[in-house]
Amino acid sequence: MSDALTIAAHALREAVRRRVLLVVGLLTAAFLGLYALAAFEAFDSLEGTTGGGFVPIDEQALAGGTLLGLAMFVALFLGVVLAIFLTLGAVRGDAERGLLQPLVVRPVGRTTLLVGRLLAASAVCAVYVVAVFLAAVLITQAAGDFTPGSLLVPAAGLALGVVTVVAISLLGSTLLGTTANGIAIFMVFATGLAAGLLGQIGEALDVDDLTTASSIVSWLVPFEALYQNGLHALTADIGGATGVIVQLGPLGGADDVSGAIWIWAIAWSAIVTALAALAFSRRDL
Amino acid sequence: MAGMTSALSARGLSKRYGSTTALSAVDLEVGAGELVGLLGPNGAGKSTLVKIACGLVRPSGGTAEVAGAAAGSRAARAATGYLAELFRFPGWSSAEEVLALHQRLARSAGGASERGELLERVGLAGEGGRRVETMSKGMQQRLGIAQALIGAPRLVLLDEPTSALDPGGRRTVRDLLLGLRERGVGVLLNSHLLSEIELVCDRVVIIDGGRVVTEGRPQDLTAPGGVEIETAEGVRHLPDAGREDVPRIVRELVAAGTEVYGVRVVSGTLEDAYLEAVVGRDR
Repeated sequence: MSDALTIAAHALREAVRRRVLLVVGLLTAAFLGLYALAAFEAFDSLEGTTGGGFVPIDEQALAGGTLLGLAMFVALFLGVVLAIFLTLGAVRGDAERGLLQPLVVRPVGRTTLLVGRLLAASAVCAVYVVAVFLAAVLITQAAGDFTPGSLLVPAAGLALGVVTVVAISLLGSTLLGTTANGIAIFMVFATGLAAGLLGQIGEALDVDDLTTASSIVSWLVPFEALYQNGLHALTADIGGATGVIVQLGPLGGADDVSGAIWIWAIAWSAIVTALAALAFSRRDL
Repeated sequence: MAGMTSALSARGLSKRYGSTTALSAVDLEVGAGELVGLLGPNGAGKSTLVKIACGLVRPSGGTAEVAGAAAGSRAARAATGYLAELFRFPGWSSAEEVLALHQRLARSAGGASERGELLERVGLAGEGGRRVETMSKGMQQRLGIAQALIGAPRLVLLDEPTSALDPGGRRTVRDLLLGLRERGVGVLLNSHLLSEIELVCDRVVIIDGGRVVTEGRPQDLTAPGGVEIETAEGVRHLPDAGREDVPRIVRELVAAGTEVYGVRVVSGTLEDAYLEAVVGRDR
């Protein structure tokens, strides 16, 4: 394990020295600034208005839930971008550049190298998405005194979601070149999001086949199921018509996913990492 | 060398990439404290052989052992130092950091003293804090050699280690290789610089088309080229004469009243032997 931590520390040092984290931090600060502006403006515009016509609407909850849903989506998207760029060339890319061979010939083992990269990228991405999400929660609370139904479930879902992306990006890096892997993982991510949106449409139109297909796909790429589950937890305590509107949401649709998703996402990451280790062990460098 | 485990022992080694045969039934031995030069044209299979020895490539057939352990195994990798032909260290890291990382991965307890000693041996003393991205290609190659020597390996595999070095750098590497021989380290040196190989290697193995086409000591591979006698009439070349014939030839010439100004025993070069082994086969 100490070898894996050595590799992880090396990867983290690389992220810091190459100013990856600095750039990400600056761009995230810009996003949070924009989010704060939007949140304060949105809640200010609510003051003095009364919600609903025939149906009573809690406008504060609607604005808070929608804004935090957006923040969750952006946190996941940025976290996925970070996960992909930290890992897309971990095996074939680094081997083509001659960075990997001096490390692989050491007696640490290829699986250890892979686990080290997984640990480093997972730690960075998980901390990042949780930090972005919590910052958005604090901004939303300051702007409109809105507190989400749950902090733990969305934050943990985001963190585990990006870990699953790190795992599949590492697997892709053993099979594909850097550019091809980046494209492939972004398409997997887009597929997950599309499945969520289709499920939302299926639910609105009451088409069972669509919701079933969406559910299957979101479990196949568990970051999507975790995201939907997090969205649901975020606004689960909002009742009435407001709750229905917020749960449908504009960003992929909230869903009360079974608790088994947590075990499945962890097992899925372990299986994908094991496949990556197997592919890496069989690759000539 | 009797009773000692070879640094590297390959038996019937072969490697195929699809329908392409990179290596075919190669036998190779590198003894402890032996410097073996590996020669061959581009695509001959030299790098594949070296990569199998250090565990980067899996053989299709045959066996390879490093210090008695199967090539690629943890024990074999712990006994191997390797410098790839195309390698890179992270540009953001310093020479010290590169060596410290490899010390941890190689489980070397040498610490700062080992790092300092290695940097000095490759001519980078005082450059430990310098970032890789600010180093010349030659300096990076020296750092690569230092990295390969971490943890006192029993086998050192060097793939074109002097390709980016100036003459001074090549001399440094040559001295370093001779030092490794004294320490009992086996070295497999893959290089196109025949003069370097001729100067330092105990034995040369020439491969072509994935097969060993010839091997032996450099002096045994180079064919005698006769004797050149410089007299008042000019230079005479006696192609069939050898070193042992020189006293008799000089005696006879002097007895015949010919003034002899110089005598040179001509020997072929390793380049001649290489071209004969590689190009000659293609004729």
